[in-house]
Amino acid sequence: MSERTQTVPLAPGVARLLGGEAAALPGAGLPWLAERRARAAERFGALGLPHRRLEAWKYTDLPRALKDRDYRPARELEPVSLDAVPALTEEEPLARLTFVDGLYRPELSRTEALPEGVRLLTLAQALEREPALLEGRLGALTADDGGDDPQQALLALNAALIDDGLVLLVEAGVTVPGRIELVQLGGLAAEPVYHGPRHLVALGEGARATLVERIQGLGPTGSLANAVTEIRLAERASLTHLRLQEAADEAIELATTRVAQAAGSRYESFALTLGAALSRHELLVTLDGEEAEVALNGAYLLRGSQHGDTTSRIEHRVPNTRASETYKGALDDSARAVFQGMILVERDAQKTDGRMLNKTLLLSEKAEIDAKPELEIYADDVQCAHGATAGEIDSDALFYLRSRGLDERQARALLIEAFLAEAVETLSDESLREPLLERVRAWLSAAGERGRMEKESAA
Amino acid sequence: MTDSMLKIENLHAEVEGKEILKGIDLEIRPGEVHAIMGPNGSGKSTLSYVLSGREGYEITRGSVSFKGKDLLALEPEERAGEGLFLAFQYPVEIPGVPNTTFLREAVNAVREYRGEERYDALKFMKFVRAKLKELGMADEFLKRAVNVGFSGGEKKRNEVLQMACLDPSLAVLDETDSGLDIDALKAVAEGVNALRGPERSFLLITHYQRLLGYIVPDRVHVLSRGRIVETGGPELAEKLEAEGYAAYVGEPEAA
Repeated sequence: MSERTQTVPLAPGVARLLGGEAAALPGAGLPWLAERRARAAERFGALGLPHRRLEAWKYTDLPRALKDRDYRPARELEPVSLDAVPALTEEEPLARLTFVDGLYRPELSRTEALPEGVRLLTLAQALEREPALLEGRLGALTADDGGDDPQQALLALNAALIDDGLVLLVEAGVTVPGRIELVQLGGLAAEPVYHGPRHLVALGEGARATLVERIQGLGPTGSLANAVTEIRLAERASLTHLRLQEAADEAIELATTRVAQAAGSRYESFALTLGAALSRHELLVTLDGEEAEVALNGAYLLRGSQHGDTTSRIEHRVPNTRASETYKGALDDSARAVFQGMILVERDAQKTDGRMLNKTLLLSEKAEIDAKPELEIYADDVQCAHGATAGEIDSDALFYLRSRGLDERQARALLIEAFLAEAVETLSDESLREPLLERVRAWLSAAGERGRMEKESAA
Repeated sequence: MTDSMLKIENLHAEVEGKEILKGIDLEIRPGEVHAIMGPNGSGKSTLSYVLSGREGYEITRGSVSFKGKDLLALEPEERAGEGLFLAFQYPVEIPGVPNTTFLREAVNAVREYRGEERYDALKFMKFVRAKLKELGMADEFLKRAVNVGFSGGEKKRNEVLQMACLDPSLAVLDETDSGLDIDALKAVAEGVNALRGPERSFLLITHYQRLLGYIVPDRVHVLSRGRIVETGGPELAEKLEAEGYAAYVGEPEAA
């Protein structure tokens, strides 16, 4: 065996994607874009897929997950027929962009109700019609056509195959009067597809918006998504970003989100992870201006042999910034979750307030959480805390509930729901809590059904 | 129909291989209030947990019948459904579960067990508000998470509220008086007295006599080293208060 480190050979399915016809991609006629794609493809070829010998990927074996899989570019498949987008809440969103198996579906989207000062369009539309909109924005936060960190190779893969995505631009002072939905439905295609969206969000000074990203598997096909989202918040801008990942059981769902925050801005993220065979949500937030504030919260509910990875890094670069991060999860069967969180406080970032907490309920002996909360602090006047716990359901609480008449299944469901509800309640927009709690309950009742079936078949 | 509420015969129980209860005999009839008093370590709490079905207690000999049924064969939730209620010495805090949700789930679980219809949200609120009023408790109790941030007195009053809602035939109160100031003690005792009736029995487990000043028992039993060593009327509690448990604790094992 060779001693020297080497890149893992690309999974054949992924290598084939890179050999595809670049001329068919949107914006192929733009020389700067064609050049970027070519550079990124070359770089990804050199870096290879991130693998477990890289620290940031120690607990998530992507090459193994992709080994025997094959994907076709989303655009090569015929659009599947679909009549309507399942509603999230009774209240319809202000606007919605819908992609089905990676293809934009105008008939399932709506953008007409947007007020002045708000631009919402697809990346392909922007590339074809208004490439100037993207100048200085596309890749500005990810530097994905340069750099040589193999841990960030997925950015290069995304850049090499940029196909479509959402572009949301809000002018200074404008408050978007309703939520904007980015709906990505999957699992319906006849064959597994590769879908590599690039989403760009930029809020001007004092602008406010709510973006709800819904990833939902409607069919059994296990596709591969490799999304990159770039979010730039100008001074005092505020974005609430809910991400609901309910991808198909066999899907592989990869997402990288980069957020740059100017002074006084606020970014609130809540990510619920329910779906996919393997998922990774990686967030990097930089607090570049004083009084910037970030809240990264989320919950994961996994079962079977699902694997869900949340990796985050918050960089406090200037004084007087705040960060809080709480992720809670419940793991059943032989599911596995990864929580890696880093709060970095740079030398000048005095008076930083940074808090991180990860709590996991292990509902089965085979479930596993790999939690790695980290603080790296170079300033001396800061308040930072981090912690992680993992454990079973509190047996005292379980007995207390049973002594009051609840059977074990009801008692467990109530305790798990309460545990997760605490995370959901961090969401400042109360109207968005209920759909999240509904999903938590559905997950729990599915477990209950299964428990009953097992009992009956054992009897 | 049996005229026995609870009948414990020669009950032996172990915790982690150590015998704690060494042959308990006790019979309670409908409407009676019994008190079990005893020094620390005599097996009082073990008895209450064995009756309510907590895991970790092994019954090695004896039997317990509750309204004619074999209590020991029932799951904890079935015991609750049958009408057994344990007021905990240390009520458990459950963050994230509002007291209303907890009470509603419990009441409905027990109602279903008893073949009664579940209460919908509206009916339940009416029901529970009436119970609060009877016990002189504020509605605010309902909104807070179960026992989280409750004072000692509030936790015990919350136990009484649960008892009132679940309408048990037999309530076992495990050291309900511990850690309470005199006002809280009175409030809890009033709550219990309000629930007394010809069909409902109580078993008060306590170290001190003071609770028995407010809830006067029909029978008092002294528990020592896992056995009931003396039984008498309310005057026995007063004697214990005056003389302490020394006479019982000092007895040799074989006595």
